[in-house]
Amino acid sequence: MSVNEQVLRYPIPSDAALDPPAEWAELRKECPVAHVKLPSGDTATLLTRYDDVKQVLADPRFTRQLTAPDAARLSAEGGGVFSNEMATIIPDGGEEHQHWRRLVGRWFTAKRMSALRPSMTEIAEGLIDEMVAGGAPGDLRASLGFPLPVYVICDMLGVPAEDRDRFSYWSDTLLNLTRYGKEEIDAAQAEFFQYMSGLVAGKRAAPGDDLLSELIAVGGPEEGGLSDLQIVVTGMGLLVAGHETTANMIGKMVSMLLADRGRWESLLADPKLIRTAVEETLRLDANAGFGLPRYLGEETEVSGTVLPRGTTVVCSMAAANRDESAFEAAGEMDLTRSPNPHLAFGAGAHSCLGQALARTELQVVLEVLLRKLPTLELAVPAGELERVEGLAVGGLRTVPVRW
Amino acid sequence: MKVIVDEDKCCGAGQCVLIAPEVFDQRDDDGIAVVLQAEPGADQHDAVREAAAVCPGAAIELG
Ligand code: HEM
Ligand code: SF4
Repeated sequence: MSVNEQVLRYPIPSDAALDPPAEWAELRKECPVAHVKLPSGDTATLLTRYDDVKQVLADPRFTRQLTAPDAARLSAEGGGVFSNEMATIIPDGGEEHQHWRRLVGRWFTAKRMSALRPSMTEIAEGLIDEMVAGGAPGDLRASLGFPLPVYVICDMLGVPAEDRDRFSYWSDTLLNLTRYGKEEIDAAQAEFFQYMSGLVAGKRAAPGDDLLSELIAVGGPEEGGLSDLQIVVTGMGLLVAGHETTANMIGKMVSMLLADRGRWESLLADPKLIRTAVEETLRLDANAGFGLPRYLGEETEVSGTVLPRGTTVVCSMAAANRDESAFEAAGEMDLTRSPNPHLAFGAGAHSCLGQALARTELQVVLEVLLRKLPTLELAVPAGELERVEGLAVGGLRTVPVRW
Repeated sequence: MKVIVDEDKCCGAGQCVLIAPEVFDQRDDDGIAVVLQAEPGADQHDAVREAAAVCPGAAIELG
């Protein structure tokens, strides 16, 4: 069956958790601007080529206004991280977005992240010790992948890490594609909003040494700062963005590197490869989740196809990252690949604000695992790893390991 | 080699600093990149080219 002949369902199902669906290569070659049907039943335009995805992500005409009346809905339940009202409270583009980004971005500089390295290392060591004490096999996702990023982002934001089970649930509902019903999502989001509003009010009364307190200290919009509502939504956004993506990526990264023992051995032999190895797993993550949707406010052309205004485009960075025209031997994992301009963090003005943090966390996890558990291996064949279903962020349900 | 950062395009993601910390830094108040060595020595050229190639804002110009 050719990909041209019918409207593909999106996300495209894939049999093995670490392998890309065969359709990606076919789409890049034959049908770079494809019609797809989303979980909501609405249709959208899927882009899979590197140049197209990069161009669209960096082009402000492709907006994030997925709340527009004629924009495709991703999930039948509405809401969701891309299209709920909250998404409209943080400015989407132009100078206002840049202003927001610079206010918050100062907390995520490479230098600040390097300064966090020793404490991240300590947290990772402690979590690994606990996993080992529990005996093999352990679940690397639950023991290390999830808790580490949560501790780190909670500490930055000044949010109590004890509440982390609630955050996980709230962010799962925000990242919903097909898992939850509308009522449950609305209730969870209202609860999350109230929780964060309470925290922000508490910090206004008694500031701490954290990101939210400092955002408050800048003052309101008249003083060049953010409104109270914007601070609350920023806090929610950072909590969700700061844990789910990185947590899942830790499990996927370790699985990809252990799936072929030779990769782990090369890293043991030469830990200097850690940085490029992390980038290569980000590039080859076949289970990255939904990709990025954009709404087109005016008619535009992509790869020779005219897209009318009102089109909803879905950029598959994971498919683009395997484009042979952008990467030599694109399907192969090369732990030394450099430069590696993959699109896992997006591109352009919205490119992931937390990428220095995510990179540092991934590098620290790998460094500590190689040092403390050199004999680490998957406790199930890589082909039996199972995907998380129904959320916009891709991950593995468990990552069973022995050492 | 001459290195310039276009501040308007820079999205403060810090890739350049992670790759070539001797040549790039980020301002403390907004995370925007600054060039520490506008004409870096030959030992830095590979790292600077890598930083320019992966910069998510395409903000690094090499002359
Ligand atoms: C491996 C982990 C991560 C991946 C793959 C990832 C991916 C992405 C992507 C693709 C975008 C672009 C969204 C768009 O263009 O619409 C993005 C934006 C963003 N990310 Fe991440 N992210 C990760 C970790 C983090 C972390 C740790 C944080 C920190 C709290 C974070 C905070 C953000 C924020 C605030 C934005 C919005 C930026 C804006 O709109 O200007 N992310 N991320
Ligand atoms: S990598 Fe590019 S976008 Fe990021 S801080 Fe450096 S110059 Fe700015």
